[in-house]
Amino acid sequence: MVEQALFQDQLVADPMTSTPFRIGRVVKESYDTFTLELVPQGRYQTFPFAPGQFNMLYVFGVGEIPISISGDPQHPSLLVHTTRAVGTVTKAMRALKVGDAIGVRGPFGSAWPVKEARGYDVVFVAGGIGLAPLRPALYQVLAQRDRYGKIVLLYGTRSPEDILFRSELEKWRSRFDLEIYVTVDYANSKWHGNVGVVTRLIPKAPFDPLNTIAMVCGPEVMMRFTALELQKRGVPSDHIYISMERNMKCATGFCGHCQFGPTFICKNGPVYPYNQLQSWLALWEV
Amino acid sequence: MKAFDEILKETKFFHGLAPEYIQLLAGCASNVRFDPGEYVFREGESANAFYLIRHGQVALELHDPRRGQLIIDTLNEDEVLGWSWLFPPYKWVYSARAVILTRAIAMDGKCLRDKCDSDPVLGYDLMKRFAVVMIDRLQATRLQVLNVYG
Amino acid sequence: MTTAPLSFILESAHLQQLFDALARHGYHIIGPTLGDQAIIYDEITSVDDLPVGWVDEQSGGTYRLHQTKTPIYFGCTTAVQSWKRWLHPPTEVLWRARRTDSQFEILADEQPTPRYAFIGVRPCELQAIRIQDRVFLEGEFVEARYRARREAAFIIAVNCGRAGNTCFCASMGSGPEAREGFDLALTEVLEGDRHYFVVKTGSAAGQALLAEIPHQPAGDAEIEAAAHIIADTSAHMGRELNVDGLRDLLYRNYEHPRWEAVAQRCLSCGNCTLVCPTCFCVTIEDATNLNGDEAQRVRKWDSCFTMDFSYIHGGSVRYSAKSRYRQWMTHKLATWVDQFGTFGCVGCGRCITWCPVGIDITEEARLIRAADNQTVVNKKANHDESV
Repeated sequence: MVEQALFQDQLVADPMTSTPFRIGRVVKESYDTFTLELVPQGRYQTFPFAPGQFNMLYVFGVGEIPISISGDPQHPSLLVHTTRAVGTVTKAMRALKVGDAIGVRGPFGSAWPVKEARGYDVVFVAGGIGLAPLRPALYQVLAQRDRYGKIVLLYGTRSPEDILFRSELEKWRSRFDLEIYVTVDYANSKWHGNVGVVTRLIPKAPFDPLNTIAMVCGPEVMMRFTALELQKRGVPSDHIYISMERNMKCATGFCGHCQFGPTFICKNGPVYPYNQLQSWLALWEV
Repeated sequence: MKAFDEILKETKFFHGLAPEYIQLLAGCASNVRFDPGEYVFREGESANAFYLIRHGQVALELHDPRRGQLIIDTLNEDEVLGWSWLFPPYKWVYSARAVILTRAIAMDGKCLRDKCDSDPVLGYDLMKRFAVVMIDRLQATRLQVLNVYG
Repeated sequence: MTTAPLSFILESAHLQQLFDALARHGYHIIGPTLGDQAIIYDEITSVDDLPVGWVDEQSGGTYRLHQTKTPIYFGCTTAVQSWKRWLHPPTEVLWRARRTDSQFEILADEQPTPRYAFIGVRPCELQAIRIQDRVFLEGEFVEARYRARREAAFIIAVNCGRAGNTCFCASMGSGPEAREGFDLALTEVLEGDRHYFVVKTGSAAGQALLAEIPHQPAGDAEIEAAAHIIADTSAHMGRELNVDGLRDLLYRNYEHPRWEAVAQRCLSCGNCTLVCPTCFCVTIEDATNLNGDEAQRVRKWDSCFTMDFSYIHGGSVRYSAKSRYRQWMTHKLATWVDQFGTFGCVGCGRCITWCPVGIDITEEARLIRAADNQTVVNKKANHDESV
């Protein structure tokens, strides 16, 4: 916590200035998704963060974008980000190699309620790349497995080729204290898992709805329908947490881009209790 | 072995149905079992039943000449498979393949239709139950085709 | 802390000495002056740069200047742009970086902080500065560049002797009299041949500066004259905005036919956001030099009226003009209250004057109130019930 405080102090000096980190490893997760392991440099010995927080990552001369941290909070000596190459910056990022530098500002934003969930069943619902921001929370919950009830991961993605962190999921699947269900939108007959949208997994997943904290991450539509399905099952709306995405430029509340109704996603989010945003999520073009 | 009325009563689909109707419908039930890879039914065949899956997994498939065999949905324990038996022309629209060893209760469609026709109260109750399943499935399918993880 | 402000008299003939004193202390004086047939706030050095005798006429989509025989210095109301242009400039280099092989180093962009003396800050504009202070200085993070400029600035407010046709500061509680947030506050009085300023000090720095120039304690009649001018201005506001329950009014009218109606007129040009003294949104642009070994990050004013503003992978969240106007107005008058504990509007009227089609925020609010969606009393409560 001392490190964190020190870091925050430095942020105050200028929260807009990046620090170059070195790329230690690049992992290709799927045809369009990759993971970067960054080695803290400069004034950083380590990079402490809370699960759910994000960084602003800068590619020299190209631009800066918010990306959630996907690594293990217990190992702050590495800073891990997983992203899809879909825009100018992420495509430039994918072209970077081991040893190249990337600018880092952060960590910013609110965290998954990992501590608050102690004593509860924990249900993670991930859609697509949404598995990446949830992974730090999964690591933390699994590291203190005996503090929680049942732990369930429901993961939906487009096709078997899109499945992220494949070997890790296999490893987790072999644990007896963690239930993992994966479903895809479409597959050929080589696929032996579920086909159907991730909300289909909720009615029968093994958790006690009245004693559950749900952490949901994926595109907004997926999160809305997931929250509805969880509520149908009986999970109270203030026990459901979601992570919001908007076009952030500064991550400090100065640029105005990430406003969602009365909140700034960079400051008040990205993780929110669902009931706090529920009425806004039903509105269009907020 | 449990009697069919006991089994039906415990399914999510028939949950809360009046006991006399459970009794009545048990007369249309039979046990079925499918080995991995075995087809429960194939596209175009006569649709004479629906299935309450007791355990296992069934993949709904269709064939695309370019992409081959495509799975469009999977159904698991305590889910309902098939509603083409409800309406003419009583033909299966997709194929259903057991992914793993699957046991199910087959409910005879002709038998059910006759019972519903002669007792509209039962018919209405059963229709509502199917409507819920169909709506849930339809809503999920809408999300599935929306590419919501995009 | 200062003692309760007393009133003093500064004869108009001595106004130049105020300029001279500011210059002696190394301030860049920024004040109203003529530019492009309008009043702008720009660098000035003497009273002769002030728009003596000029009076502005503003209304929806209209701005005109007239010259009068009256030797008034501050006869115009608000300038085109607010002081935001100086405290939160339209473009600003955040930092530069230099590449060496696969690495790069960040080069801090250490520009000396300009020391501005703002002369002619209107009460509504003071309020706007305080609102931007909340955005940049009073949250979790502090905007260091803004803070440096803000702390270095010397503020001379001028109370309004006339309300423009688009003014509604009285509704927003921000004017026409400056109450706090200034070093000196002037009220310009012209009585027959006599031309003087009633001066109030608002800080120790203000008192110290006043001590350097000729002044004398104000008499009751002079104080009365200044008070009368302000009261008269207050009584002649060009517009009015009923702020009673305004935040909740907008929240419960998020769906309202008026948004579509205003979208039919709105050009999405973003003029309102540029002239607004509280609008703070920015974007950041990246650039490199021609051989690609130096890069810079430049912060620029942005506007929620552009499609790019809400772009996330896949498209813009606010793709209709309706949603963008709604975002802007709802931000000013509703969500701002939740975010910063104050309205984001001070009633300066610039957005009305500089809207090419004359869209009037006070009129829009009035029309929404006139057809209030009362059926949804509380959106949140309503939702909770339906779950």
